[in-house]
Amino acid sequence: MATVVEQESIKVIVFQLMDKEYAIPVSQVQGIEKMMHITRVPRTEKFVKGVINLRGVVTPIIDLRERFGLPSAENTESVRIIIVQFDDMEVGFVVDSANDVIDLPVNSIEPQPEVVGVIEEAFISGVAKIDNRLLILLHLDKVLNISE
Amino acid sequence: MEMNQQYLDMFIEESKEHLQACSDQLLELEKNPNDLSIVNEIFRSAHTLKGMAATMGFEDLADLTHKMENVLDAIRNEKIVVDSNLLDIVFESVDHLEAMIVDIANGGDGKRDVSDIVSKLKAIEAGQLIPTSTPTEQEIAADVYTEEPTTDRYLIYDEYDVTVLQQSKEQGFNVYEITVSLRPDCLLKAARVYMVFEVLEKNGEVLKSFPTVEKLEEEQFDQTFQVTFITKDSAEEIQKKINKVSEIDKVVVIPLTKEMIKEASKEELVSKEQLQQESKKSEQQPSKQQKKSEPLKKESNATKQSAQSKTIRVSIERLDILMNLFEELVIDRGRLQSIATDVKHSELTETVERMSRTMGDLQNIVLTMRMIPIETVFNRFPKMVRSLSRDLNKKINLEIIGAETELDRTVIDEIGDPLVHLIRNSVDHGIESPEVRKAKGKPEEGTVILRAYHSGNYVFIEIEDDGAGINKDKVLKKAIDRGIVTKESALVLTDKQINELIFESGFSTAEKITDVSGRGVGLDVVKTTIQSLGGSISIESEQDVGSKFSIQLPLTLSIISVMLVEIEKEIYAIPLSSIIETSIIKKSEILNAHNQKVIDFRGKVVPLIFLDEVFEVPRNEIYDDEYLSVVIVRKGDKLAGLVVDSFIGQQEIVLKSLGNYLKNIFAISGATILGNGQVALIIDINALMK
Repeated sequence: MATVVEQESIKVIVFQLMDKEYAIPVSQVQGIEKMMHITRVPRTEKFVKGVINLRGVVTPIIDLRERFGLPSAENTESVRIIIVQFDDMEVGFVVDSANDVIDLPVNSIEPQPEVVGVIEEAFISGVAKIDNRLLILLHLDKVLNISE
Repeated sequence: MEMNQQYLDMFIEESKEHLQACSDQLLELEKNPNDLSIVNEIFRSAHTLKGMAATMGFEDLADLTHKMENVLDAIRNEKIVVDSNLLDIVFESVDHLEAMIVDIANGGDGKRDVSDIVSKLKAIEAGQLIPTSTPTEQEIAADVYTEEPTTDRYLIYDEYDVTVLQQSKEQGFNVYEITVSLRPDCLLKAARVYMVFEVLEKNGEVLKSFPTVEKLEEEQFDQTFQVTFITKDSAEEIQKKINKVSEIDKVVVIPLTKEMIKEASKEELVSKEQLQQESKKSEQQPSKQQKKSEPLKKESNATKQSAQSKTIRVSIERLDILMNLFEELVIDRGRLQSIATDVKHSELTETVERMSRTMGDLQNIVLTMRMIPIETVFNRFPKMVRSLSRDLNKKINLEIIGAETELDRTVIDEIGDPLVHLIRNSVDHGIESPEVRKAKGKPEEGTVILRAYHSGNYVFIEIEDDGAGINKDKVLKKAIDRGIVTKESALVLTDKQINELIFESGFSTAEKITDVSGRGVGLDVVKTTIQSLGGSISIESEQDVGSKFSIQLPLTLSIISVMLVEIEKEIYAIPLSSIIETSIIKKSEILNAHNQKVIDFRGKVVPLIFLDEVFEVPRNEIYDDEYLSVVIVRKGDKLAGLVVDSFIGQQEIVLKSLGNYLKNIFAISGATILGNGQVALIIDINALMK
């Protein structure tokens, strides 16, 4: 059993926020979009940037920097919106840049994220070390849960 | 399998349509019992349904439809007079057919015990057996008879016959079954029959005839009769000889084989059990008659149908995809337009403009495609009310208003059952019996009004009756008995709250439980269903005057007209149905009353709602203008003035949900995508004015 697990890997999308790299399994990602016009939705949480028109579907957008309590950044060319699907929700995450798609060996994932001691800790399902990069895996249901 | 499913879906859809057509026309027929063109319409629907059912292998369905068809056929041949008894039975058949279709749609095999109704239909049909012989009626019936299969074999043989036939064959005689059709305008049928028999008897021996010789002599047959003939002559010779008799339309001579004799004698056994030759005839017919009469039918259909609109079926999913793709296109159009303005190339500009116009038209079509008039739900009610009122011995007139109100398909699919409950409730509990009504000084005929209309972001459906209304004391007593409210709390309930009690589960005020309603599971289910659709239901009632149930439903995914307004850089849409008018007011016209800014609008004090404050619109600089743009909106009788920066204009938009992530946003009922591809939020006036 153990040997089988060692060979298993998951494909993840790697994106950047500030100086850290995060990962979301490809299976949960619907697409990556360039920054587009976001319509503000009044009286929502601060990290809800608003909604976009994603090919005819009105999709809510969450600013991950705001969500993780990081300082907000200027919009640059590299800013991307990662569209994720979770349960029956489709939501876009604003990230600094989307870097890579990599195969992450399952055994490289450490479930206990002891390294991080900041606000986003609650949203982390694990960390993975691959080569010299440290990837933080996100807990989508926690990120999307407004009422915590 | 997939193909089967596809055909099955089509079959179910079309069957529903045909049944609907049947019931509509039956109701029509009830009003104009002498209009045979209506009967023809019903007959056509029933006939098509029968054909489809037979093709799909739903025998019970085909069989019952066939029986019904026979009755209809008799009606249009003026052999049976339309009366309400007959209509009841035909209606009942349609109900059975509907139940079968529903069963099939739910994955069943469409089997159903219909022996009761079948025997009723047979009984009606049997009444038809006394033929009419006046020339005018035959002329009317003429076209029908041309459709009658001339070669169907009605002759049946008993053991004696079989022996005779076999012996004749062995002795070198030819045995034929001869089908003779008289011309439809034939006046002296008995005489012609006599002449035919004379010809035959000169050349051989007539073994059997259908109908019997006696009946033939009494002219108790249509245009066609059959005989079994034993002769030495050839088929051609016989045919020629019979044809010499005048007023003969057609003669078909078929040599009788051993197999045919066997088949016919077997059927004899069955028919003995049934003791009804006539029913045998009808059962023998379906498949053959169908095939043969199809071409004729098609001709008549073609001429009639050209007047009806032609439709095809498209799945909602595809329409959704089409819609989304179209919106993509709209975004690109926006980009093209801005490029064209930048480039200032006249040909490009011209082309883009033309494209924009075409797309505008296209947009209208795409948007309206998903909408269905609520008629599709309403149109089953007249029949329902009719049969209910007959069951309950009440006189009820159902009025339908606003059936053309369009609703999204998804809502349409869900709203049927609750409405059935409510209408049953009105008919059963609301409208009193004619005697009671008379005593109360009301007209004997009660009225139930079913009304649908758009208002705001909602569709309202109202069921109003002029019946007994809610007896508040009775409701209270029952509610206390059932433990729904305590005696103490009952004292402080308002009339409205008492009325609402009837929506509580386990509540039924009917003194006797009928099968129409009053099983105590009605209204609370209705309430739950409507709430699950995001709607609400309320009731107004006055004792002895009547009750009105109002259902408010959100317009999910429907198209509404809005006014677009701008606040800072943000665009919001206000549903046009809530808007009374727009107006520009001077700042000095604003008055203060109880910490509330108000204006005087045509003599009314109207509170102002500053949308930039409500929606916390970020302002770069303090907005200060001498004049304010105000949209006067309405919720019920209340008015309010929404202060915006500027008006943009009126537009038809598609209401889109904000998705599952953003729920219950204050005063926002949804979003829409504008021509430039951006999202605009739609303001929920009802929430804003609470």
